[in-house]
Amino acid sequence: MSPVDTLREPDLLRQVEAFIYREARLQDEHLYAEWEALWTDDGVYWVPANGDGGDPEAEMSIIFDNRSRIGVRVRQLLSGKRFAQMPASRLRRLISNIEILSVEGDELLAAGNSLVFESTPRGDTLWAARVEYRLRRIDGALRLARKKVVLVNNDKALFSLSFLI
Amino acid sequence: MTALPPLDGLFGENRVHGALYGDPAIFAAELERIWYRTWVYVGHESEVAAPNDFIMKSIGPQQVLMTRDARGTVHLLLNRCSHRGNEVCTAARGNARSFTCPFHSWTFANDGSLMGRAFPDGYDRPDGYDRDDTSALGLGRVARVASYQGFVFGSMAADGPSLAEHLGGAVETLDRLVATSPEGEVEVTTGFLKHRVKSNWKFVLENETDGYHPAFVHSSIFSVADSGIGALYGSASTAVARDYGNGHTEIDLRPEFRRLDRPLGWFGTTPERLPAYAAAMNAVHGEGRAREIMVDGTPHVMIFPNLFIAEIQIFVIQPLAVDDTVQHVTALQFKGAHDLNRRLRQQTMGSVGPAGLLLADDAAMYERTQRGIAARDPEWIYLARGLARERRDADGFMVGHATDEVPSRGIWRHWRSLMEAAR
Repeated sequence: MSPVDTLREPDLLRQVEAFIYREARLQDEHLYAEWEALWTDDGVYWVPANGDGGDPEAEMSIIFDNRSRIGVRVRQLLSGKRFAQMPASRLRRLISNIEILSVEGDELLAAGNSLVFESTPRGDTLWAARVEYRLRRIDGALRLARKKVVLVNNDKALFSLSFLI
Repeated sequence: MTALPPLDGLFGENRVHGALYGDPAIFAAELERIWYRTWVYVGHESEVAAPNDFIMKSIGPQQVLMTRDARGTVHLLLNRCSHRGNEVCTAARGNARSFTCPFHSWTFANDGSLMGRAFPDGYDRPDGYDRDDTSALGLGRVARVASYQGFVFGSMAADGPSLAEHLGGAVETLDRLVATSPEGEVEVTTGFLKHRVKSNWKFVLENETDGYHPAFVHSSIFSVADSGIGALYGSASTAVARDYGNGHTEIDLRPEFRRLDRPLGWFGTTPERLPAYAAAMNAVHGEGRAREIMVDGTPHVMIFPNLFIAEIQIFVIQPLAVDDTVQHVTALQFKGAHDLNRRLRQQTMGSVGPAGLLLADDAAMYERTQRGIAARDPEWIYLARGLARERRDADGFMVGHATDEVPSRGIWRHWRSLMEAAR
């Protein structure tokens, strides 16, 4: 992949930001089916544990969903019996510091920082993370091929993370 | 020692009082009388496989440094400099012959002994010879260390029952576990997820062998994924709940697996889909015995107070405060079972930990229950399910239907005996 000078590609950066903000809003508002539709057929949703992410095939991750398991996760949330989300977390998140790190063919790698405020019956929790997005252009539209969420405190004991991070 | 609040008013007819889960004074007494006395699971030998490996573990809120010295002996050391109390080690794991406290540079060997102090002349006595006895200035240590099938337990009491006496009849479950490995060994090598809940540790402990809840708490995942687990905990299941004594409890799924008679059915797969594993088992055990092992599956057993072996993974329960508990969880890996192990990791990641399709719902129940007991009427937790049908099995252990509260009653019987035992 080649590096991108986002100053020279303001339209591309704006498209990427629009995609990321939309994804963030769908997550905050628990619009699960619409969120699932953002994924490519080979999508991978990865939330490493214990650092920036080693080999997810060899070490435990908080989430390491292939496309099939993303579907199971969404169907569970839509089942009306996912008690960890009953009531649903009240959420608002900020995604910032977005950069396009590289572009190759139909794919690009973007990254940013996220701060999520979650309110639940247990209490309020602040989640901070570095987020990487591998986006693929399919029929002119950007889709999510891989999302990696590196929580700042993923080496510590974490409360349930049952909403979409 | 922390005074023990009177317990008489906190136990009723098949009932325990909510205060047993919510009173900070009870929790403080539990740390002294249970966590800092009985055998507690700390770590697995495979986590410190090489000489001089170390890994940070815990007993209750205290950090415990598990080391393997150059000769191969495993030690459980307390992470507190014998000089002025500083944490000696802040690394989660590594390989080191010694640990140097950064405060005043006291250095300890990985067997806990004091190797040296900076500027040692400052400890000279007037005669120049009569120095401190440095053998008494090593790191604190867990008084007794013992292991079984690679599982390392520690007891902070210098005297008491042996590990074998503590494990009692439940020792058979660990033998059953390792039998699923063609080489007869399990390993813990894939790193832990750490899942924190605002709940008392005993709600977590009791839930591990509560066979009544899965049909309801986990109905969402049963409805969207074809797991096969749901029927094991249905009212028609032939599985049994067992109280081994000493607080150890089990949901024994073998009767149901034997009725279904499907090798590797316990894991939702078949020998045909894991050919290398099945071949290795056949080669070691012969086809007949290998088939029996593959039909029976691995145990679902809660070793009191903190080691839960849940078929494909282990959970280690760590109490931090009366309403603050961490479950450390990782996939079990069976030595010589490469293709099985990969699926074990994938299924563990999907089902447990903070985002687990199963465990996040359990956590919601622990936390709801902790909030629920703040209400004062009724004051009691009611644990009478299955009283009329519980019975002794051939080994003399109390068993009931998989959904019965035999395990909770056994846990509380042992809890009370530990809390009321004379020191």
